[in-house]
Amino acid sequence: MSLKVERAGPMALVVDGGRGGVRHLGVTQGGAMDWVALGWANWLLGNAPEAAGLEVMVGGLELVAEADICVALAGADLAARRDGEAIAPGQALTLKQGQRLVFERPSKGLRAYLALPGGVAGEAVMGSLSSTVREGLGGLDGLGRPLVAGDRVEAKAPHQRVNARALAPSVATLAASSEPLELALVAGAQLASFDGHSLYRAFNQHWTIDQRADRMGIRLTGARLEGRMKGMVSEGIPLGAVQVPPDGQPIILMNDRQTIGGYPRLGALTPLACARLAQCLPGTRVRFKAVSPECARREHLNQLACWE
Amino acid sequence: MTPRPRLETVAFDSLIVRLFDAIDEAHMPWVLAATNAIRQRLGDAALEVVPSYTTVLVQIDIQRLSLAEARTRLMAALDGLSPQAAEQGTLHEIPVWYDPSVGPELTLMARRSGMTVEEVVRRHCARDYSVFALGFAPGYGFMGLVEEALATPRLETPRQKVAAGSVGIADRQTAVYPAPSPGGWNLIGRTAVKLFDREREGYTLFKPGDRVRFVAIDRATFEAQGGDTTPQPPAEESGA
Repeated sequence: MSLKVERAGPMALVVDGGRGGVRHLGVTQGGAMDWVALGWANWLLGNAPEAAGLEVMVGGLELVAEADICVALAGADLAARRDGEAIAPGQALTLKQGQRLVFERPSKGLRAYLALPGGVAGEAVMGSLSSTVREGLGGLDGLGRPLVAGDRVEAKAPHQRVNARALAPSVATLAASSEPLELALVAGAQLASFDGHSLYRAFNQHWTIDQRADRMGIRLTGARLEGRMKGMVSEGIPLGAVQVPPDGQPIILMNDRQTIGGYPRLGALTPLACARLAQCLPGTRVRFKAVSPECARREHLNQLACWE
Repeated sequence: MTPRPRLETVAFDSLIVRLFDAIDEAHMPWVLAATNAIRQRLGDAALEVVPSYTTVLVQIDIQRLSLAEARTRLMAALDGLSPQAAEQGTLHEIPVWYDPSVGPELTLMARRSGMTVEEVVRRHCARDYSVFALGFAPGYGFMGLVEEALATPRLETPRQKVAAGSVGIADRQTAVYPAPSPGGWNLIGRTAVKLFDREREGYTLFKPGDRVRFVAIDRATFEAQGGDTTPQPPAEESGA
């Protein structure tokens, strides 16, 4: 059972929960930028939340079913159509042999996730199928390249029943429905190195998502933050780290970030906040909201419990 | 000097163990000892343990431990820390063909320092370097410290493409590019040794805390080892 890629669009990747236990080797995390959406898409088919699926950025992906196949869709609304019929995110559906699934353009959010029965089949590289283009790891060819026309995306399981449940739109996508979008941030150790005005601004002004945003990092623009630390000895960087280089404009380090770095940080967004951020188009306004690690942990565990 | 480890929260599931404040080769056995102790005592509850120069980043499995519990476990793991002989790391000998055709900044460095090219090479080979951290790319080891006379600032404009196996210097650090990539380090030679191999047990040749000795070889030996002699274009002038 496979889907043939007729058109790949700007960036469609095989993603899963990412690579674990390899950061000390300089290997990045990778994996679904909006892991919540991948989790829900997998849940709709009864897969493990981290099973490999497709991450479709912006749109432009066109797939044809080579045999009847069940798929599920969550995350951004990229105006998906099955042979012309509109398909909203948050549902499982059958594609009959020869039917076409097309992701047209962003209607709400930026990244859509497509789950296949049992997940996408393929050979894991360092424990993951996730494609990290910069490192040349994972994906369908094992060398990290994004999907291209002519690729065949195979499902791992031969057959799967559609989960009768559909998701409420507010669950199916974390894309911002009102601005500014609140991003939960756990304060980090270098917070005190920023001056008082800058700290006030950091948490009270609105930040705008810049054009310079990719799977490595997402830049924000706003009033400049100043601190007494210009750089530090490079150290390991967690997901969602909010680093502030000398230009005073924060960069949020995402799934494909470099493993170590030496700019002072305000702290780190929670993984849930990272998933929300992954759905923001450039120009979206956001603000930081400080949360305690305990509170962030509770929310995280609640999310995981949804899929048990 | 025995460090007094400090624990800092860096994310909802991650702590940094801060052992030192400055870069020093003498610190690496301590960083490695801390890394090993954390791996041993936390086991699967630590998803990532990432040593780097002066610190160890620890990502906790929050389905097993809260951050507060992790702090207690980490403090216990770090109590009475002392580097063992095994924590001097493995010594690797890396054969390098030092030549301006594959290391265009070799002549620049000789000119800057007032040494001959041969003297620059001799001095780069004269020390064993510590691997401070792996980062930038899979298997890329930040090593040092090269002697002051060889210290050279990064290129103003990084190259778009540095060949795999290129040996570089930036300030007082040295490194080998495991794969073709952009890069701003001063290139002085090339090795045929593979630093990252997805099929190899453990994947990377170097581990943080290992030591590295460079050995100069001639072109014929480099070729016999399977080295690629394709010349590396010189760096572009900045602003050009």
